[in-house]
Amino acid sequence: MTIATVRNLRRASQVIFFVIFFWLILKTNFSVNFNPADPNEIRLPYPVSIALEFDPLTALGTLLANGTIYKGLLWSLVILIPTIFIGRFFCGWVCPLGTLNHWISEIPSERMKRKGKQKIDSNRYKKYQRIKYYILFIFLAAALMGTLQVGLLDPLPLLARSIGTVVLPVIHTSADGITGWVKSIGIPPLSAAAQFLYDLIAPLLLTFRKMHFHTILTIGSLFIAIIVLNRIFSRFWCRGICPLGAMLGVFSRFAIFGLEKKESACNHCNECLLHCQGADNPDIGSVWRQSECHLCLNCQGVCPTQALSFRFFPSQEVSKSNPAGTAKIDISRRKVVASLAGGAALYPLFRSGDTFAANASPYLIRPPGSVSENDFLARCIRCGQCMRVCPNNALHPTFMESGLEGIWSPLLIARIGYCEPSCTLCGQVCPTGAILELTLKDKVGDKETPPNRIGTAFIDRGRCLPWAMARPCIVCEEWCPTSPKSIYLREETVYNSRGETVTVKQPYVDPEHCTGCGACEYACPVEDKAAIYITSVGESRSSENQMLLKKKNDIPQYNLRGKI
Amino acid sequence: MKRREFLKKSGQALTFAAATGAVGAFFHNRDPFNYQPHLSETAEFGISADSTYPGLTLAKDSNHIAALNKALDAIGGIKRFIKPGERVTIKPNIGWDRTPEQAADTNPLLVGEMVRLCKEAGASRVIVTDITCHDPRRCFLRSGIRESAEKAGAEVFLPDDNDMLNIDLRGKLLTNWPVLKYFIETDRLINMPIVKHHSLSACTIGMKNLYGVLGGRRHQLHQSIDQSIVDLTAFFKPTLTVVDATRVLLRNGPTGGSLDDVLIADSVICSIDPVAADSRGAEFMSLTGEKVGHIILAETSGLGKIDYRSIGYKEIL
Ligand code: SF4
Ligand code: SF4
Ligand code: SF4
Repeated sequence: MTIATVRNLRRASQVIFFVIFFWLILKTNFSVNFNPADPNEIRLPYPVSIALEFDPLTALGTLLANGTIYKGLLWSLVILIPTIFIGRFFCGWVCPLGTLNHWISEIPSERMKRKGKQKIDSNRYKKYQRIKYYILFIFLAAALMGTLQVGLLDPLPLLARSIGTVVLPVIHTSADGITGWVKSIGIPPLSAAAQFLYDLIAPLLLTFRKMHFHTILTIGSLFIAIIVLNRIFSRFWCRGICPLGAMLGVFSRFAIFGLEKKESACNHCNECLLHCQGADNPDIGSVWRQSECHLCLNCQGVCPTQALSFRFFPSQEVSKSNPAGTAKIDISRRKVVASLAGGAALYPLFRSGDTFAANASPYLIRPPGSVSENDFLARCIRCGQCMRVCPNNALHPTFMESGLEGIWSPLLIARIGYCEPSCTLCGQVCPTGAILELTLKDKVGDKETPPNRIGTAFIDRGRCLPWAMARPCIVCEEWCPTSPKSIYLREETVYNSRGETVTVKQPYVDPEHCTGCGACEYACPVEDKAAIYITSVGESRSSENQMLLKKKNDIPQYNLRGKI
Repeated sequence: MKRREFLKKSGQALTFAAATGAVGAFFHNRDPFNYQPHLSETAEFGISADSTYPGLTLAKDSNHIAALNKALDAIGGIKRFIKPGERVTIKPNIGWDRTPEQAADTNPLLVGEMVRLCKEAGASRVIVTDITCHDPRRCFLRSGIRESAEKAGAEVFLPDDNDMLNIDLRGKLLTNWPVLKYFIETDRLINMPIVKHHSLSACTIGMKNLYGVLGGRRHQLHQSIDQSIVDLTAFFKPTLTVVDATRVLLRNGPTGGSLDDVLIADSVICSIDPVAADSRGAEFMSLTGEKVGHIILAETSGLGKIDYRSIGYKEIL
């Protein structure tokens, strides 16, 4: 195989993995199969989170934070073990965010043509590239203490979250807006063309219900910054920030595959530097850095004199212009220790100020099947899979509802969407077990099993129509899905504004049966701020956040393998 | 500055200024509201009474398809209601994400059979749709209605915002409301409710089922539930009301959930009078028409008879 073929293979591999990743996110969505084998329980036809389960940093982070490797995360060894032998092939051949960065960096521009020299210089190894290792150590130490922050910057969850909660909803809103605008011009053939285009992309890119997400500007800004920085330094993110790249760099310490340089053949044209993705010094005269190389093979491909070649057990001709180098990562022991200490300090910083009751907002409703808050924060990687899959758009990224520590973890906002009793999709897609997979029976309960509760409903008597305004309503009772209903009514004679007596039915909540699904809050006709709302008290996942004195068996106990 | 240049420059500036002024003047409007036009369509799909047939029939059979056929034959058969080439819209209750056994949505077997009968009578199109409360995909799926209706040859439509018409309902309470177009743009409308408990209206059968044609903020209709049901019944005149009383949700309606709340009654009612249909249906819940606010108001508004025996009643047991 010639080097040109291998480079084409690399390009094809990047396209394929990018498409697979994007496709899986598109499919992380409830779409109806109208001939189900078992119509009682809705399941996704294939494991849509599989791409995230190949992520070694997620596996290592969750392992440190909670001592186990959940479900499919063992797949990450498929990436990690080859890395030990051949280096960061993942970054150059597989990683979808890396591929995106690669593509964006490569878009030609005036600036790039003019400044070939600067480009060559910017593609030399730079000190800023050490930052990613410090980020990695900070995250790993924090994880070991029990607060899992890797997901903020781990490329796979980062990209999944950005596409799922920002890119796709923005596409949807734009498509709706543009189509509506074109139609409003009122020229029939134009309207028809717009509708045709819309119908063309709709089945692929648009969700059945248009999704809106809380706090997407913060998620979107990070994503846009990562993309735009590529125009200043090629793959700035991969070189300087990415903690997964850093981890794979560490694991490539003993790689047996690498770059062999032949000094005698080099004519110093610097083509290799001009095309280097990793900024790992492929040129003759500097030390090549295995830990930075993405194995894109551009240097070997563009070298006109075949001075560079990748091979197993590369030999190094040591000479003046090819100094005897070390492939060791350029980080000082002192700073590693400082990073680890800093990361470890995150835990007391996050947790010592507030106790649970004060720390978490009462409106922090976690998805059904979530583990207790401390365990949750040790598991959730903020990939946004649960938010994307929720058919009711009920789940949203938090901003500060679970503190800075839990930013972008899932929050149920019942006013936008309630939790569908017959649905268990979020637990099906969660790759880390922050949300456990419930069966339908675990979710709704039966005579022996209590249902899974995510909170309890409260009535705001100052806003409720029958309580405060002498008007009939009871929509909340109508919508309440439990049986018996958790909202009961009492007929009461009250005075209206004209001093006449009227009889209305006033709602009460029965906390024994309420599961906190939020259907009442969703449906309440008091449009702006519902007259009935849920808070987290009574949630199954917590033994403290309770208000009723219950029998022991009334609160289901979960461990990582499911219910005890 | 040369004269030519002077003229050219000032000409350009003047043209630009004039154009700016013209755009401003063109869009100037003192009326800040953008009224949406509403359509004054009608939805009268009823047929006139015929003394050779009873006005209301009820059949009981544990084979639900047979029950429907018996009741329908006794009231004149499908050919009395559907003429070849007509477009038919069937309105079952598909409001909730529940399975057929839970009796919150219309029995899918009955919907499928009705579609088949309409097709057999020569209907050009048979449409089955409803504006659900829960996620429509789940409702259409788990109720089994999409599957059985499609198998029988119906076109099943999930409600879509683009398919709403803004209709003047000309009611006492209800005026302009968004209505799903299939309930207006059709030749025949068959209302296929299920009998269920409801805490505010006591029961929800045929007339209350018409809520499902409306979009918008229909939760607010509860504040005057009887009048809004009657307004809808006055506007939408179905060709036939087929009441599913094969399973009756006695408590915890209209969502239900527990099989303990379900009574197996194995009955189907057919009626050309929406008030009589509800009045007979209410009896499955140990009620009578005289005890239900909206049924009483419908009769006093002249929409039909509570005393269903007066329009000719036939029971096939
Ligand atoms: S809880 Fe949601 S955001 Fe967090 S890891 Fe699970 S699926 Fe991803
Ligand atoms: S929050 Fe409820 S409705 Fe949303 S995906 Fe999870 S189980 Fe389904
Ligand atoms: S839906 Fe809202 S306003 Fe109506 S009764 Fe319930 S809490 Fe009150």
